[in-house]
Amino acid sequence: MRRWFVLLLAGLALACGAAKASPAPSAASDHPTSITRDGVKLTFAQEARAEAIGNKLRCLVCQNETVENSRAGLAKQFRTIIRHRVAAGDSNRQIIAFMVKRYGIYVLLKPPFRPETWLLWLSPGIAALIGLAVLLFARRRRRATPPPLSPEETDRLKELLS
Amino acid sequence: MSLSRRMLFGLPLLVVGVGGAGFYELLRRMQTGSYNPQAFNNPLVGHDVPDFTLPGVDGREGFDKKLLAAQTRPVLVNFFASWCVPCAGEAPYLDRLAKSGVDIWGIAYQDKPEAIGLYLAKYGNPYARLATDPSGRTAINWGVYGVPESFLIAPGGKVVWHVAAPLVPEVIDDQLRPVLRRLA
Repeated sequence: MRRWFVLLLAGLALACGAAKASPAPSAASDHPTSITRDGVKLTFAQEARAEAIGNKLRCLVCQNETVENSRAGLAKQFRTIIRHRVAAGDSNRQIIAFMVKRYGIYVLLKPPFRPETWLLWLSPGIAALIGLAVLLFARRRRRATPPPLSPEETDRLKELLS
Repeated sequence: MSLSRRMLFGLPLLVVGVGGAGFYELLRRMQTGSYNPQAFNNPLVGHDVPDFTLPGVDGREGFDKKLLAAQTRPVLVNFFASWCVPCAGEAPYLDRLAKSGVDIWGIAYQDKPEAIGLYLAKYGNPYARLATDPSGRTAINWGVYGVPESFLIAPGGKVVWHVAAPLVPEVIDDQLRPVLRRLA
């Protein structure tokens, strides 16, 4: 029984290896060099760039999805605009600036460090500093030794312990 | 009870109290329509309207940036659509606003002429001028992300106020009217 199982596994492994090794059909039509998405035809490299840009932008309709992932109509329009601009040769920076000009930095999923966002960026550090201050304060108070007992207190202590 | 001990009890109570009051106010404003948690500042406010030329509906004249900027009175530009439910909700208030003497120009966003005609026949037509943006590209240039959105344009073509929500009475009275008074 066990030997059969081992044999079966070995056969499977061999079959998989053979499938991998077998040469893929080499006709040119089976190796597309471009892809059409959201109505724009791009090379793979351009499409990858368009996707990278779309993944940095917020879909303003659903707000927690990227432009690339969202099914909203506006996100689809954004993707088309991004792809047209990629095809036209705009840089990533230019395309993102186009969106920020219209929708503000809210359209960026990763907000830049700016006067209105410094609190957002620095809040973890500020929270850590507050925590550290509380910790130091608590430790300093705990370390303070109590004043020595007065003669009356010493007597009372003795009385209680006896 | 020592001061630090009192603080130990008082601080959480204070946090709960202030936080609760804040949340209450937030929910109240959301209900009245004067606060929209999904809204963000449109960067167009304070700047001239972008270049655009839009056709009208049913062979009538649309409008462009030049015409909008040439007005001597402020114009409320309202992006709407016949398929948009909140637009129908704000329609009676837009009508009232138009009757009170505010110039409202409409831009139908991603809509069809027949549907626009039916919509206006059903909910009233408050628009002094009407244009259509079937592709939605002008809307994107204005930073519109969902209808209804309204922009107040001062004479000369500068955007002085914007709201990405229906123009309910609270928004009109608390936000739009003060800006209109300032411009008058």
